[in-house]
Parts: sequence; C-alpha cells; structure tokens
Amino acid sequence: MATHDITLTVNGTTEEATVESRTLLVHTLRDELGYTAPNVGCESGKCGACTVEVDGDAVKSCTVLAVQADGSEVTTAAGLADEGLDPVQRAFHDEHGLQCGYCTPGMLATTHQLLDENPDPSRAEIRKALKGNICRCTGYGNVVDAVETAAGRLREADDESGDGPSDGSADGSSASGAGPDGRAAPPEPGAED
Amino acid sequence: MFPAEFDYERAESVSEALERLEHHADADVEILAGGHSLVPAMKTEGREPDVVVDLDVPALDAVNALDDRTVVGALTTYATVADSAAVRATVPLVAETASEVGDLQIRNRGTVGGNLAEAHPGADLPAAALATDATVLLRNPDGKREVPATEFFRGDGETAIERGELLTGVRFPHTDGAGFAYAKKTHPATGYAMVGVAAVVETDGDGGGDGGDGNAGGGTVSSARVAATGAVDRAVRLPSVEGALAGEPLDADSIDAAAAEARADIDADRLRSDPHASGEFRGELLETYAARALERAAERVAGDAPTA
Ligand SMILES: Cc1cc2nc3c(=O)[nH]c(=O)nc-3n(C[C@H](O)[C@H](O)[C@H](O)COP(=O)(O)OP(=O)(O)OC[C@H]3O[C@@H](n4cnc5c(N)ncnc54)[C@H](O)[C@@H]3O)c2cc1C
Ligand code: FES
Ligand code: FES
Repeated sequence: MATHDITLTVNGTTEEATVESRTLLVHTLRDELGYTAPNVGCESGKCGACTVEVDGDAVKSCTVLAVQADGSEVTTAAGLADEGLDPVQRAFHDEHGLQCGYCTPGMLATTHQLLDENPDPSRAEIRKALKGNICRCTGYGNVVDAVETAAGRLREADDESGDGPSDGSADGSSASGAGPDGRAAPPEPGAED
Repeated sequence: MFPAEFDYERAESVSEALERLEHHADADVEILAGGHSLVPAMKTEGREPDVVVDLDVPALDAVNALDDRTVVGALTTYATVADSAAVRATVPLVAETASEVGDLQIRNRGTVGGNLAEAHPGADLPAAALATDATVLLRNPDGKREVPATEFFRGDGETAIERGELLTGVRFPHTDGAGFAYAKKTHPATGYAMVGVAAVVETDGDGGGDGGDGNAGGGTVSSARVAATGAVDRAVRLPSVEGALAGEPLDADSIDAAAAEARADIDADRLRSDPHASGEFRGELLETYAARALERAAERVAGDAPTA
C-alpha cells in the first residue's frame, strides 16, 4: 500500500518521516520521531492524553492521520517550555494538578490554547475547555486551580513586560526542579479567526 | 489500534474531489474532512474504505454573510463557526450549537459538512439546521443541487447525498431578532446529545422592529421552529410543539403546554434506547429539554439574556 513522505515541524525542529496512509499522527510523533509527550490512552478521541497543538490548535493526535498533518507545525507539551518549566507547567506542579501524570501532557497542550485565546478564564470556562481531557487519578479540582494560577501569573508577567523585555522567568518565582526536555522555542501561536 | 490499509489521495479543489470520486466509482471511497467520525470508525467500527479522499479545499473553509442568508462552507470547523462574529450576528443558534459539540479539541477539527454528512442520530448541528430552516448545498459532476434540511436527514448515517456527490456548504436564512436556544443533555459516554432541542421563535410585538419595550411576553408567536436530535434515528422537527406555540404569547404557560407536545410527533417505539437511557426516559428528556430551549429562547426575545 501507498506510503507518503511527510515533513513536520515539531517543537521548532524540521522532521521528515515516511508513513503509511493509515499511520496516526500520535504514532509518528512517538514511535518514529521520539517525541514522547503525547500519550496514547483511549485511542478513540475521548481521553485527550494524545493532545498536541497542530498549527496552534489543540488536537487529539490519535484521531488525525499523519499524512493529513503534512506541512504542519506541531507543538507537544515538552515543546511548550523554552527552558525549565513554563508557567503552565509550573502551576500544575505547584497546585498538585497531577498524580501519575499520564493525562498531563494533553492537559498542558489544551490549557496552552485556552490561555492564548482567553487569558482570564472563569472556572466554568476552564472546565469547559478541559472537557476533552480525562484524568483517571487526580480529580479535576487541582487541575482547575493550576490553570487559574497559571493564567494569573501569565497576566502578571504580561503587565510587567509592558515596559520592557522580561528576563524570561515569567512569573518571577523560582523554578523548582529541572524542566522537561524542551527542544526549542514553540512556534508563534497562530492567530485565530 | 490502526485502521485497515487504504489509499490516501488529497483533493485541493471541489472539481478535483469530484473527479476522484468519479475515477473510483467502483471502489469503496470515503471523503475525509475533519476525520473525527471517519478515523475512529476506521479504527473500531470496521469501516474499511479502499480509498480515502482528503478534502483540502480552502474555499470550503469560509463563512459568507450576505443580506438575508449566511453560507457556511463544508470544511468550516465548529470552532470557527462558534467564534465567527458573522454567524453570531446572523444565525446565533448555529454558533451556540457549534460551541456545544464534543470538546475543545473536537471543535478544532470537526467540520460542519462532516457533521451533517455523517448524520449521527445524536449529532448537534442537524438540530440547528432544521430549526433555522437551512438548505444543504451539494455538488456533483452534473452541477449543483440544493436540499432543504427537512429532506436531508434520512436515518442513522443516511442522508440525501448520493454517490459521487459532495456537500459543499450550508445556507442559513438569517434569524437575527428571533429568540433562539439549543438545550442539550450530553450523553455521558459518547458526548453526543442524549437529547438536544434547538428552537428559533419569532414574535409579533406591538412596537415591532428593535424598538421593543423589553416587555417579556409582550407579543405573540408568529413563527416557531423546534427540532430535536438524539431522540430517534435522525434529527426531526417537532411540528406539534411548533403548532402549540403559534399565536400564543411566549410565556411560562404556553411554553409548558407546547413542551408537553414534544412526544406527540414521535412513535414511542422509535425512541432510541441504550444502557444509559431507555426510550421512555429519552421521551421525558425531550419534554424537559424542549421546555428549557423555549424558556431560553423567550428570554432572548425579551432581550434579557446575552446572545450566543
Ligand atoms: C470523542 C468525540 C466526541 C464527539 N462529540 C460530538 C458531539 O457532541 N456532537 C456532535 O455533533 N458530534 C460529535 N462528534 C463527531 C464529530 O463532531 C465529527 O467530527 C463529525 O461528526 C464529523 O465531521 P468531520 O469533519 O470530522 O467528518 P469526517 O469524519 O471526516 O467524515 C464523516 C463522514 O462524512 C463524510 N463527509 C465529510 N465531509 C463531507 C463532504 N463535504 N461531502 C460529503 N461527505 C462528506 C465522510 O465521507 C464520512 O463518511 C464527536 C466525535 C468524537 C471523536
Ligand atoms: S488517546 Fe487520543 S484521545 Fe485518547
Ligand atoms: S494524573 Fe493520572 S491520569 Fe491524570
């Protein structure tokens, strides 16, 4: 059966892969290219563990053919951070928004899009945005707290950086622990209409 | 979990897509839009097409608001529709319904055309298409064809689309100024509508126009379109509810009386049943959600509630 040569930009790095028509994006990312942030959970589009951003949109990568994504910019949860933890990742850490962490990469990718579009979401809006990300162990209270905290810190950082470039430590607090293996700066989020 | 093997082809224009469909006339061909029904079905439901034609046609991803109607291209995603200022201004029910589909990620990929073509019995947009009196736009090798939404849905997964035909868009007559609402009871397992009711209600106020006095119920219903999804094998209008409202003031009593008619048009043995909800329970949900949709529509006629 036919194979296709595709090019993806993953976390800022140009990657090439040869895929079958039926190969799913999540498998190309994980198995072919080694980007293991997106996890495979339900495989049916329901749990959101495989969420990555494709051209700025949070997408369940188990329900997209790799060949459909040819030419796209993909950002995984690991690519959200430049170095160390990004403010969203740090907030999940600080607020105990995870237990086993299986759902976390997907939660982070979805949260990233939410906060891009709505920097000051209500708790109800946070819950609505994370509806497609199922957590099997920690419950959602701390996750919602984490998103709220991240939003507040990002807004503060935004206010502060109004009159000059910031030093990159977005909320001024000390980063705890080593960050994930962020490979490169994430692409600019695409403007939505 | 992989789909079975198939050949993938990409079409970058409507005519190219039609050519490919014609070329593979003897094969089992599926069109790929957002893929969010097709890809899961190819993984777990034994859908095994020989060829998948991926629609990659930017012109079909567009919202076009004209004087009295808005045309939404087949490849427009729910997220785009829900956020579109033009859709919110001209057919706000459609924006509200799109914002209720699935979850954020599904709304980023699923398309208006795919939703209608798939015709899942619990899909959300078919209810909005019926309640707004929309028309489905089709293209085939011989030209164009238009099918009113009321004639489009034929059953579970069955529509008026013929082999070799492409859904290119949907035309929604403007409903700005009318009360509207989509009230959905989400199925806990699938996310689709266990029951969803969409309503568009127009009233004849004394003052008319938009110089209304904000007096709730100050006018009678001149037209009501009410549609349900999830209850039977396809989305359906509820003519008995619509009839009960006509000529009545849009108040709590008339809404209750109209909602009580919600089951009148549906044979009890047609009601869908699954482990989460028996047909009988769906029938009860239908009345409750009809009442909720009409209450919210009435508030919006009165200008008390924000638009979508
Ligand atoms: C987890 C999950 C939850 C969901 N929840 C909901 C929900 O709450 N409400 C809801 O309404 N839907 C829901 N859906 C379905 C989702 O909205 C689908 O995306 C949608 O029904 C199909 O649209 P699509 O663009 O993905 O189409 P595809 O999956 O690409 O195609 C679906 C079918 O339509 C045909 N088709 C597509 N486009 C055209 C066209 N232009 N012309 C002719 N034929 C065409 C295809 O050949 C295929 O048979 C859910 C899906 C998932 C995975
Ligand atoms: S693995 Fe993709 S949504 Fe669950
Ligand atoms: S932290 Fe374990 S699944 Fe969410």
